[in-house]
Amino acid sequence: MAQETPDRVSKKFLYVNCKAPHGTIYALESLEVVLIGAAFEQDVSLAFVGDGVYQLTKGQDTKGIEMKNFSPTFRALEDYDVTKLYVEQEALQARGLTEADLVVPVEVVSAQRMAEIMESQDVILSF
Amino acid sequence: MKFGILVNEGPYTHEASDTAYQFAKAALAKGHEIYRVFFYHDGVNNGTRLTVPPQDERNIVKRWSDLAAQHKLDLVVCIAAAQRRGLMDAAEAKRHGKDADNIAPGFRISGLGQLIEAGIQADRLVVFGG
Repeated sequence: MAQETPDRVSKKFLYVNCKAPHGTIYALESLEVVLIGAAFEQDVSLAFVGDGVYQLTKGQDTKGIEMKNFSPTFRALEDYDVTKLYVEQEALQARGLTEADLVVPVEVVSAQRMAEIMESQDVILSF
Repeated sequence: MKFGILVNEGPYTHEASDTAYQFAKAALAKGHEIYRVFFYHDGVNNGTRLTVPPQDERNIVKRWSDLAAQHKLDLVVCIAAAQRRGLMDAAEAKRHGKDADNIAPGFRISGLGQLIEAGIQADRLVVFGG
């Protein structure tokens, strides 16, 4: 849990992405929080559950709906030291997806394991 | 306990802002501290002083402003989310060459870092809506 040192506090932050990338703005604005938050040098993880797994799918083409395709940004997360991406296995399966369909390397975990990951966090932001 | 609050939905369409307000009020009444209330996504619309709800309905924006005045609450509206949705203070309006501002008393516009900081500083960050 939270480690306190005299000059800074490091907490475990988990961003939970629940929604498909373009039906609402939650996914895009969630990613904006992750990018800004990276500057705070906390212990950051991302979780993708339910329709949130669609955010990571390859080959998104958003021209027709005039939305920004922000899926390439997930590939830049490594540069921000954000490397822990957990994807719910059941969510992938239910949507006919596999890890090979995703734009970045992730750790596929069961819903049960995802619950444990959530349990171990200090701050959970769900979008 | 020291709470941070995140409000992710605008007023009236969703109950999230109402629930966050009731939570904040109850927490303060019990002697807890509210470190900050951060408004994100459509939640930024809770900070416009131009809402005029019917007189027999709750005034969500004014309620937040009053609570802030009473308890010196820090109500922060995300600048990026606010710019998308047309919420401005005087400085922002000037910077973008707009002819008006609309931020309500007790609210201030700032960056997402304020949300992360609330997560770090508060004992619990409670998310409403989204």
